Formats: sequence, C-alpha cells, structure tokens
Amino acid sequence: MPTGAVIEFTSISKRFGKVAAVNELSFTVEPGRVTGFLGPNGAGKTTSLRILLGLVAPTSGTATFGGVRYRDLPNPLATVGAALEAASFHPGRTAQNHLGVYAIAAGLPRTRVMEVLTQVGLAAHAAQRVGGYSLGMRQRLGLAYALLGDPGVLVLDEPINGLDPEGIRWIRGFLRDMAAEGRTVLVSSHLLSEVQQSVDDVVIIARGELVHLGPLSSLDTDAAPQTIVDSPNREALGAALTAAGIIFSIGRTGLLAATSDPALLGHLAFTAGVELSVLHRQKTGLEDSFLALVGGSHSL
Amino acid sequence: MTTFLRSVSAEFAKIFTTRLWWLLAIVLFCYIGLIAGGLGALLAGVETGVISPDTVNTGGAGAFGFGSLPPIIYSFASSVGYVFPVLLGVLATTGEFRHQTLTPTFLATPRRGVVLAAKTVTLVLVGAGFGVVGLAASVGLGGGALSAFGVDALLLDSETWLQVGRTILAMGLWAAIGVGFGVLVPSQVASIVVVLAFTQFVEPLLRLAASFLEVTAQIGNFLPGSASDALVGASVFTLANPAGAPPLDWWQGGLVLLGYAVVATVIGYAVSWKKDVT
Ligand SMILES: Nc1ncnc2c1ncn2[C@@H]1O[C@H](COP(=O)(O)OP(=O)(O)OP(=O)(O)O)[C@@H](O)[C@H]1O
Ligand SMILES: [Mg+2]
Repeated sequence: MPTGAVIEFTSISKRFGKVAAVNELSFTVEPGRVTGFLGPNGAGKTTSLRILLGLVAPTSGTATFGGVRYRDLPNPLATVGAALEAASFHPGRTAQNHLGVYAIAAGLPRTRVMEVLTQVGLAAHAAQRVGGYSLGMRQRLGLAYALLGDPGVLVLDEPINGLDPEGIRWIRGFLRDMAAEGRTVLVSSHLLSEVQQSVDDVVIIARGELVHLGPLSSLDTDAAPQTIVDSPNREALGAALTAAGIIFSIGRTGLLAATSDPALLGHLAFTAGVELSVLHRQKTGLEDSFLALVGGSHSL
Repeated sequence: MTTFLRSVSAEFAKIFTTRLWWLLAIVLFCYIGLIAGGLGALLAGVETGVISPDTVNTGGAGAFGFGSLPPIIYSFASSVGYVFPVLLGVLATTGEFRHQTLTPTFLATPRRGVVLAAKTVTLVLVGAGFGVVGLAASVGLGGGALSAFGVDALLLDSETWLQVGRTILAMGLWAAIGVGFGVLVPSQVASIVVVLAFTQFVEPLLRLAASFLEVTAQIGNFLPGSASDALVGASVFTLANPAGAPPLDWWQGGLVLLGYAVVATVIGYAVSWKKDVT
C-alpha cells in the first residue's frame, strides 16, 4: 500500500507581472486525511498547486513532498498523482493511448492504463478519441491520469467540476477511501459545500493569502448569539421573554431571541406555562463562516 | 539515462498515436512521386529524344545543361520534401502548447531538458523515416520514369546510395529544425504560417537573389535550404547559379543545418519550454 507524504508549502509567493497571485503562503497537509484547499475564484489555488507540482516557478518559497521538491522525486507519478483543472489532452488520441504515453514516460506497466480507466468508469470508452469526450468524462480521464502510478499523494484541482450527481457521490467516497488507506489527499474547490462531506481539514485562502487553517469543525462557530423559539401562543411567549429582559425580534420561523442558551428559554416558557413549538439555537452554517472568512468573494 | 530512454519511447508513442504522421507521409510520397516521376519522364524524354543517346549511360556529368539526371531527380525527396519533416517537428512541439499536454508531460518527466532532447532525438529518427518515404517516391517513381525512357537510373552506383544516405540525414536534421522552431514560436498557427511562407516563398527568392553576386552567393550558401542541398549534393535549385559561387561541402552543409537546429532549440528552450505552464 503506498503511503502518503507530508505536503509542505513554505512561504510561497508568486507574482504574474503586477498581480500577486500568491503571497507568503505556508501550510502543511497531512497523510491519512482529506484536506480541502478552498478559496473564491482567482484566490490562487491553481497557481499554488502548479507551483507545488513544479509547473510554475514561485517568485520565492518552496513546496515539497516529504521534504523533496516535485522535480527531484525519483518516481514522480508513483509518488504524486495530480489532476489539474485544464483539460490537457490531444483530441485525436484515444483515452487508452493518452494514458499509455505517460505510462511509458514514467516507466509504469501498461496494464495500469486499463486498471485506472476501469476505476474511474471509463473502460467502455477506452478506445474512443478524447476529442469526443464530455466535460465529465474528461474530468474522469484527468483523475485516471492521477491514479496511473498508484501514488501515495493525490493533488486534485476542482475534481468535482462537471461531474454528474452519481459521479459526485462516487468521488466523495473515493476521496475518503484514499485517505483511509493512509494517502495524502489535497483537493481544491471554490465551494465549501462541494467538499464539506469529504474533507477532514480545510486550508482557506483569499487573494493569495492564507485566511484559515484547521479541521473542518473549526469553521463551525458555536458563538451564534441567537436562538429561535416559537409557540402556538406567541403573545404569551413574547410577554414571558420581555418579563425576563430578553430582547427578541419576530422572524419568519418564530421569535429570534438574543441569547445563545436555549435551556434558559425553555425554563422561562415552562415556568410561564407557555407551550413551545420550536426551540433551537440558530447555527451559523459552515458556508457562512467560509464566506465571512474570504470576505467579499464576489468582487474579483 | 533510463528517464531519457523512456522519454524517447513516450515521444514515439505520441507521434504514432495520432493520424498526423501518416497523413503527412502520404502527402509527401504523392507530392514527391508526382514531381520526380513527372519531371523524370519529361527530362529523360527530352534527353533521349533530343540529345545524343550515347551520353546517357555514362552516369557522369552529361554534356548538357542538367548534368547527370538521376541525382537531380532523386534530390527532390529533400529539396522539395524537406518541408514535411519540418512541419512534423513544428507540430510535435507546438501541439504540446496548444493542447496543454505539457502539463501531463512535465508531471511524468519533470526534467524539461530531458523531454526536449528526447523529442529532438525522436523527431530526427522519424524525420529520417520521412526521408525514406521521400526517397521511395523520388528513386522509386523518378528512377522508374528514367528507366522507362531508357536513361540509366544509376541504382548500382555507390554515389547514388551515398546521396540516399545524405538525404536521410538531411531530412532528420530538418525535423530537428522543426522542433527547434516550434519551441521558438510556440503558437501553432504562427509557426506553421512562418514555416510555409519561409520555405515555399521567402527562401527560394533569397537564394535566387543571392546567387547573382559572388559575395551574396557565398552568404546565400548558409541559408538552410542551400545548406541542405549542399549536404545532399544535388538539387535543381543549384543548377541556376549565375555567379558560380561554389556550394558548401556536404559535411559543411550538414553542420550548418545542425547549427540551425541547435540554435533554435536552445533559444526556444529559454523563451518558452522552461517557462511557467499555466
Ligand atoms: N499565467 C498567468 N498570467 C497572469 N496572471 C495569472 C496567470 N495565472 C493566474 N493568474 C492570476 O493569478 C490569480 C490567481 O489565479 P488562480 O488561477 O491561481 O486562481 P484560482 O484560485 O485557481 O481560481 P479559480 O477558482 O477560478 O480556479 C488570478 O488573479 C489570476 O488572474
Ligand atoms: Mg483554479
């Protein structure tokens, strides 16, 4: 079983002319876990991953796998499997031949080609020219390329784009399985909701800079200050809250009380003899925390 | 070393898993066959019909304007056909940029210099193969036409086979020039337009213009097409040579072609091949 290496970004910066695409980015990615690399469009995700893979030269900083730069890996495809967002195929080549070319270049057995095509569900289309592939099929072929060397590290840039619901379900399970086998899995997305079912850790960047790092649960801020409470007899409930000095407003699903303690409201209602129909704390969604972190994500 | 050999095998696989190579090879064969066969028949007819038939079996320089016919007919394989290995080489490199296959290529082989060297070696060999195809047309059909009109095709002459060998070498070098030009001008459309314009139009005119004065003719000898003809040792283009500057020796011509390939590849490596792949 291939084992994962630690991915380490150390003070990576990249400028494209005047654009600072990535700025002093440092973080590590551990094996045995799925790490989501998140940020809005143009945040610098693809640029960072291409630097990691030696395709783009950083202006400064280093990125390594277990301390080794990609270009210095003795068997790169057998160590790191990467699928980047751009479709990188010659349209006139069949899927089988496309993968065959790189299996030869990396010294991998030709039998791997059909194995990975089967793994991603493209076995029936192996002999078809890639020019005729749909977006989802290209995405799967990109993934097949990443799996060619049965690598311990997977680096996937927006792998969910263009997949159908069945494909999305499959890839989520696939990412979990890969991590469970001890591999390092780094997967980028501009949508937290797209990956939140599969990731253990998140690395969030915005405008090329790190804004948050930690387990997924660290986004689940418990500090929401409001509790939603409702009753068939709203007037009586409102009176009880007012009597206890709790400020509230009337929301769509009930009264929005300015307290983070539902038990307190339950006790108040009980002692006032008011029947409750709704009582729960208003949670800030993960996506809300994400949007708050990346701030103003819709203006590039 | 194993990385390099694997890279060469992968480059071969790239060429032979798309249709381009045999399309170009077929067009090359038909084009050269038409010219060599047609002109061979025409010139042999003129020669046997108009001029004393005694001179035609000598194999040496004839007593007429064309000199010995077979070397000139056979040289069409490279003097006209050289654009085909150039195109194959140009497409082999510019295609990687155009289809963004540099990403999987450099992921599989992160040493970019190794990849470019492997591509050059591969294209030299496939270009040499194109030389064989071109010669099959020029010697096969052209020689056939000569024989049909009673002119000795000189197929048993060692000079003919030396020329064949030098033609194969020239075609290999032309493919390497194509690879170099492709990295120098990675935009596929621009690259093809420049290659076609230069080889089919600009260079023939330059060679003609240069040939009128001794001094310019000497400079003209260093144009890639002239160098290639010098390497091969025969060409219709060198027949019209008013100023009479002696052409380069065959080995000098070969070195000049090699020089073009090396210079284009080295500069191309710096300006495009080692740049960011985004
Ligand atoms: N080749 C390039 N030349 C100039 N600027 C570039 C280049 N590549 C990326 N950039 C810039 O760098 C910044 C980061 O781009 P990048 O593609 O890394 O973002 P991203 O996080 O992958 O976005 P997306 O979610 O849209 O894929 C952007 O401002 C982009 O315009
Ligand atoms: Mg991106």
